[in-house]
Amino acid sequence: MKDIAIVAFSQSDCLARAGAANEVELIMPQLRAVFSQVGLNNAQDVDFVCSGSCDYLQGAAFAFVAGVDALGAVPPIKESHVEMDAAWALYESILKIRMGQADSALIYGFGKSSSGELPIVLSQQLDPYYLAPLWVDTVSLAAMQARMLLEKELITERAMAQVVARARMHGRNNPHAQLGGEVSVDELLAAPTFVSPLRESDCAPVADGAAAMIICTPDKAREWGVPYALISGIDHRIETHNLGMRDLTDSVSTRLAAQTAGVSRGPVEVAEVYAPFSHQEIILGRALGLGDETVINPSGGVMVGNLMMASGLSRLGEVFRRIVSGEVSRGVAHATSGPCLQHNLVAVLESA
Amino acid sequence: MSEDTAAVTRIETPIYLKYNFTAGSAPARFLARIREGVLTGQRCPRCANVYIPPRGSCPACGVATEEEVVLPDKGTVQSFTVVAIPIPNNPIKPPFVIANLVLDGANLSFIHLMSECENSEVRIGQRVQAVWKPSSEWTHAMDNIRYFKSIDEPDVPIEKIGKLPLSGWEG
Amino acid sequence: MAQPEVLSQAFELGFTYTRSTGPVVGKFLTGLRDRTISGIKASDGRVIVPPMEYDPQTAAALTEFVEVGQQGEIVSWCWVKQPRAAHPIQQPFAWAMIRLDGADVAMIHCVVADAEEQLFTGARVSAVWADETRGYITDIRCFEIAGGQDSE
Repeated sequence: MKDIAIVAFSQSDCLARAGAANEVELIMPQLRAVFSQVGLNNAQDVDFVCSGSCDYLQGAAFAFVAGVDALGAVPPIKESHVEMDAAWALYESILKIRMGQADSALIYGFGKSSSGELPIVLSQQLDPYYLAPLWVDTVSLAAMQARMLLEKELITERAMAQVVARARMHGRNNPHAQLGGEVSVDELLAAPTFVSPLRESDCAPVADGAAAMIICTPDKAREWGVPYALISGIDHRIETHNLGMRDLTDSVSTRLAAQTAGVSRGPVEVAEVYAPFSHQEIILGRALGLGDETVINPSGGVMVGNLMMASGLSRLGEVFRRIVSGEVSRGVAHATSGPCLQHNLVAVLESA
Repeated sequence: MSEDTAAVTRIETPIYLKYNFTAGSAPARFLARIREGVLTGQRCPRCANVYIPPRGSCPACGVATEEEVVLPDKGTVQSFTVVAIPIPNNPIKPPFVIANLVLDGANLSFIHLMSECENSEVRIGQRVQAVWKPSSEWTHAMDNIRYFKSIDEPDVPIEKIGKLPLSGWEG
Repeated sequence: MAQPEVLSQAFELGFTYTRSTGPVVGKFLTGLRDRTISGIKASDGRVIVPPMEYDPQTAAALTEFVEVGQQGEIVSWCWVKQPRAAHPIQQPFAWAMIRLDGADVAMIHCVVADAEEQLFTGARVSAVWADETRGYITDIRCFEIAGGQDSE
């Protein structure tokens, strides 16, 4: 199996509202950043391009096609798109390289969620006969999941608040974070509930923005002469759409993906997990088998800014940055999609 | 009564979602100028192509376009079609002409209506000029231009369409 | 470069879908129209409500319908203090996972109650039918707390 090297990553600031910036204008600064990290000109200099986005977020049909204007696609390039977080665009790109059809790939994800009412937009990804017509929003589904954990005494509200407080503390050092700062657990717990048992602070703030990454074969990385981190394992698993048939207090799909990705084959110094709700970080930590030796979400994770369709890719990017800087030598990145952690991707990153 | 006993086989599940669309930075600058009756394109710093309406990037080079270029309201027909069916909720009566038009000094066409011309005589290379609404009616919209009309200038040969200078076509 | 003014325009996007139900979903929705609730037996014998066409564990086609009760028990729930415009209830209400009597798998629907304090996991609820039932999941307008906790 061909090893995959990550050679460049960039993420925009998490903005509650990106204002006038359109798709192209959100994406282009991140593409310029990753091209310049490697010394490339534009998408003509990579073998494959794959993006992740969802047109429903901003209600603009074919927004993902408009995004192609940021690439430099003349003459025509090999390009693909997933209507998912860009972590899955990364997965497709890895397959492309492993099949021998490309030596390098550009991946990007973007979203402008502020144009619509995200929890309601996402209600329409649910079962079209039984759930979508009820307009059950995703915050409410996560709230029911949290209550199950609380009432089975698998977590406490204090533990949830601790997740939030730690994320905000880490967010102080993340220049792209939307939220960050000292906040005490007691302060968080004193706030009223939003969709009980969740408080507003338990829910990731929705942000507009984009992220981009360049991957390649290790040979190509050496040819380019840039530092890189290796993806030594990656897998993704999905659970049934029927929420009543899932064990919502666990993440079976994350657990399986972690096994096949080889998470436990070495020490996990750092883990970046995509947990849009505080209780989900605890579920994921357990499913990934993480202990006290692992720093979870040193970037603050999505609790300090959630770039829909790019946050999963950013989790890999955050681990990549820490490996290339020499801060750590092995870490785990996780991405999620769907209600209550339905679909999960786990990747192991190691120093070259 | 048969409706009440037949098995359900289809359901109507309409989805209505409310959004607030925001024009991009480049389109917003374009729209702010067209509100004043000025057509503004943007030039690619790499290949020097001029785009109107601008989207903020050169799709060929993948770089931001920031230099603004004021363009004349004269142009050339790059392609066209005669439409025989009405546009829903639009007062324009068929048959009418929709054309790909390239303004002088620009390198990419946009779509607009043509009128004050014989539909049967519309042709590729034909010279056209904008017919504007009264300035009191101008808004942030491309339909400040009511339509383009045919003007009495020699046709542009196909190989020159989309490559004319700002000064226009000398014939 | 000076920041351009932000030009925005509110709009509504409509997708006027009509969906074919297929035989399994169609049978369940036909039942709702007739004010009955049915589930389907999974390969392991569990009764799934609303019915699924295929077993999520074995992928076997499921065919054995079972009528279930119109009352059940709350498995989990959340309280929506401020309903969103799209929500089916426009006063504070609960979403709940409800295991109907005779079912093994919880279904999601809304529960109308006067106050959050009336809700608890394990509470008994009963279906409230819409005035007119037409073969939609919304034929069940909502659930409400069943009168008397020990009525069964």
